[in-house]
Formats: sequence, structure tokens, C-alpha cells
Amino acid sequence: MITTKNLSKKFGKTLSLDSVSIELNKGDAIALMGANGAGKTTLIRLIMGYYHPSAGSVLINGHNPIKNRIEILHSVSFVPQLPPPIKLSLAELISYISHSSNVEEKLIYHYANEMKFDITPNLHKSFFKLSGGMKQKFLIAISLAKESQIIIYDEPTANLDPKARDDFYRLLSTDTSQKLSLFVTHRIEEVKDIVNRQIYMDLGKVVTDERY
Amino acid sequence: MKTFKPAIKNLLLIAYLDLKESIRANWFIIYSLVFGGLIALFFIAGITESQVMGFSGLSRLLLMYIQVTIIILPIFILITTVRSISGDRDSHILEYMLSFPISLGQYYWGKVLGRFITVFLPVFMAMALAIVYGVFKGAEVPWEIFFLYTGLLFSMSSAFLGIAFFISSLVKSSEMALGISFFVWIFLLAFIDIALISLMLQNRINETLIISIALLNPMEIFRVSAISLFDPELTVMGPVAFYILDTIKQSTFVLISILYPLMIGILFAFFGFRIFIKKDLV
Ligand SMILES: Nc1ncnc2c1ncn2[C@@H]1O[C@H](COP(=O)(O)OP(=O)(O)OP(=O)(O)O)[C@@H](O)[C@H]1O
Ligand SMILES: [Mg+2]
Repeated sequence: MITTKNLSKKFGKTLSLDSVSIELNKGDAIALMGANGAGKTTLIRLIMGYYHPSAGSVLINGHNPIKNRIEILHSVSFVPQLPPPIKLSLAELISYISHSSNVEEKLIYHYANEMKFDITPNLHKSFFKLSGGMKQKFLIAISLAKESQIIIYDEPTANLDPKARDDFYRLLSTDTSQKLSLFVTHRIEEVKDIVNRQIYMDLGKVVTDERY
Repeated sequence: MKTFKPAIKNLLLIAYLDLKESIRANWFIIYSLVFGGLIALFFIAGITESQVMGFSGLSRLLLMYIQVTIIILPIFILITTVRSISGDRDSHILEYMLSFPISLGQYYWGKVLGRFITVFLPVFMAMALAIVYGVFKGAEVPWEIFFLYTGLLFSMSSAFLGIAFFISSLVKSSEMALGISFFVWIFLLAFIDIALISLMLQNRINETLIISIALLNPMEIFRVSAISLFDPELTVMGPVAFYILDTIKQSTFVLISILYPLMIGILFAFFGFRIFIKKDLV
């Protein structure tokens, strides 16, 4: 589903991603690990089509994520490392997502409930006024409601309490065979049960890649 | 053409959300109060009552309004708009909002449209309010001036909005964007004039050329056009006026003064878009 060939990204003089060639397939549930600054977020941003590669290529289902962003993003759910300070209210954000991505609003409410986040009392609040954990729960609910083939999570549990983490992993463990999931994490023991592949990165390179 | 409808729908959605966000923002309230307050102030000061040089009270008020607006509207538009793309990039809002299937064109032009409405409506409404109040007080409405000024405000908003979006996608941080907009404003407001006047005093360059250069500046062409209805011979411009009015009719000059800045705005917005899609989004 996702193929990179000699993919590199340079910022000024620093090489943040150094000629990475990997293939991520349907049914893979991947833990992407590595020290701070290893290049994990950089790799994800290249996959999402946010960065223009300095060299090499990345293809998703055979499409270039920059040239064919609309086709590709219909099948991708993404939760960023830090929830951004979006000023829209939850109602507006929900309407943005349901209109742009054909997501049923009911499903967002459903998954938010599953994550123990009650949208209704917060509906007209600005997103950035929610607590850190509430933000993350809401973004996770959206990502699940989108029912994408590919889900990409850049440390989504950083602000979640232990109970919420359990809810999150329970929701993810249903029917993974038709999906590709990519989790960036620093805590392997947390995701051990739901992943079947571990990729380690360091200094912009893939160091190890194990399946089991 | 299959994708045409959803494309427009997404663009309008972005514009609508940007509009709602702006209306809630403090800057928008201040912005509206300034222009509304200006009109109120003019009425309180009794500008409509005075009968100077045969202008009706209301035309005098509109002229003063447009003269103040020409100076403050550009800086208002620049500082409020210049951060719309660069600020969203800085704060990683772009990263999230663009993880949904919306094209960069829909996003960018949607933002432009939303911002256009937020910057244009308050200045226009303040002027419309003056007309309504004037009618209520029994004044004669100078429709010709009203329509000309509506056109001028429209094209002035476009010009500076386009420039603001260009700066916004060009620079890396929103701090930088803010700095550049101040420079652009001061430059158009004063530096060009000062430089040209000093050239003129030194008598090195021919006057017609100097005035032509001055009129390339959208702020200058607004100034001249705004008084052109009161002063159809353009005497404020000195002898060059003969030259201009010899070449083109006064109505053509007014038309150019609206179309030219509009063009500038569209061009800058378009270049801004080219840069936006060529650069990294985060
Ligand atoms: N936009 C950018 N401009 C300049 N340098 C960048 C940029 N983004 C990332 N880098 C650099 O690239 C390197 C890799 O960063 P990246 O964010 O991919 O790391 P990471 O593996 O996600 O780390 P973390 O675990 O801390 O999130 C770092 O040295 C970082 O400073
Ligand atoms: Mg990271």
C-alpha cells in the first residue's frame, strides 16, 4: 500500500530522512520507533504529502501523495503528534470533516462515546479550549469514524489517561486484516499486542524492521 | 466536470468556516468598530451640515471617509490577513486541516474568499450606513460618488488582500509576515512619494514620467480617483492632468483606477497560490 524508494528529506544542511526504502502492506500493524529526532514524523509527513521529497519517491496505492492528494486522503486517517490550536468549534470541525470526507456525523459521536468523550456539552466550544486529553480523544474519534484503509498515528496516546489508552487500543484491535496501521510510539509494551511489525529508526535511517 | 460541484462546495465550506472564525475574533470587532465609529464621528462632528464649496453634506462625508480609509484599510487588511496561511502553518493547523481530502486550491481560494468578505463588508456597510442615516436626515444622496467609492473599496480590498496572501505564503513565519506588511504599507504610503518628489525637485526626470510612476502605486491611484468626481479636471495633479485627460477620458481614468488594483490583487493572490503549492505545508 505504501512504498518508499530511496526517500530523503533535507532541511537546510540537516538530512532528516536518509534514503529510506520500505514497503508497508495491507494487514500490517506497525510500531514505528526511534529516539527523538530520528525522523519518524518526517517520514509520516512525506507519506501524507506535506513535504516535497529532496530525493527518492513515495507512493500510496500507486499514487503520488502530492499530485493525487484528494484520492489518497480519502483513504487515510491521521492524528498528529500534537493537537493543533484549531479555533473552530467542535460543531464546525465536525461539519468540515463530514462535508469534505463524507464521514457520517453520527459515527464521530459514536466513537467519541467509545473513547468516553461527550461531544454534546462541548459542541460550541473552540477546539483549542478542550483539555489536552479531550483534544486527542476527539481527533481519535474522527480518525476512526473516517473508516480509512490506512491509519497513521503519531504518538496519539501521549496525553491520554491509562483508562483512555485501553479504550483506544480496544477500538483499534477490531478487524485489522484489511487495514494498514502505523503507530509512532516510544512505549513498545503498550502496543505489543496489536502490532505485527516493528520498525526502528535512527538518524534518518531504518535500522531494524521485524515482523512476527 | 464531474468534480466541479464538490470543488466549489469545499471552497465555499472553507470560506464559510474562515468567515465564522473571523467574526468571532477580536480583530474583526475592532475593525468593524473603527469604520463604523468613523462614520458616527463624522456625523457627530457635523460634517454633513457644512456647505463648503457647494458640496452636499453627504458627499463631503463620503470623501473624508474614503480619504481616511485609503490610509488605514491597507494596513488593517495586511496585518489581519498576512498571518492566515503562515499562522496556520506555524501552529500546525494546516497539517491537520489538510489531512482531509480537500485540494490545496479549494483551501487557499476558500480562505481568500472568506477573508475578502470579512475585510470588505465592514468598510462597505459603514458607508451604506452613512447613506441610510443621511436619507433619514433628509440629505440628498450622491449616488455617483457612492457607486464609485464602492468600486474603489472593492478593488482596494482585493489589491491588499492579494498582496497579503502573497506575503503569507511566501514567508516562513508569521512574525516575518507581519514585519513585511508594515514595510509594504509604509513604502506605498510615503516612501514612493518622497522619493519621487525629491527627484522632481532635482529636476532630473521629466514630470510626466514621475506622475506615471506614482500612479502605478495603487494607493496613489485611489487617492486621485477618489477626488476625481469633485475635481473632474484633476487639478490636484498639476499640469500632468492635461496630459492624462488628453490621452484618456475622465471616466476611463476612473475605470482604470478600479480595474488596475483589482488586477494587482488577483495577480498577487495567484502568485501566492503558486508558492503555496510548491512549498512544504508544515
Ligand atoms: N521543518 C523542519 N525544519 C527543520 N528541521 C526539521 C524540520 N522537521 C524536522 N526537522 C529535523 O529533522 C530531524 C527529525 O525530526 P522528526 O520530527 O522527524 O523526529 P521524530 O523522530 O519525529 O522525533 P520525536 O520522537 O521527537 O517526535 C530533527 O533533527 C529535526 O530537528
Ligand atoms: Mg515526531
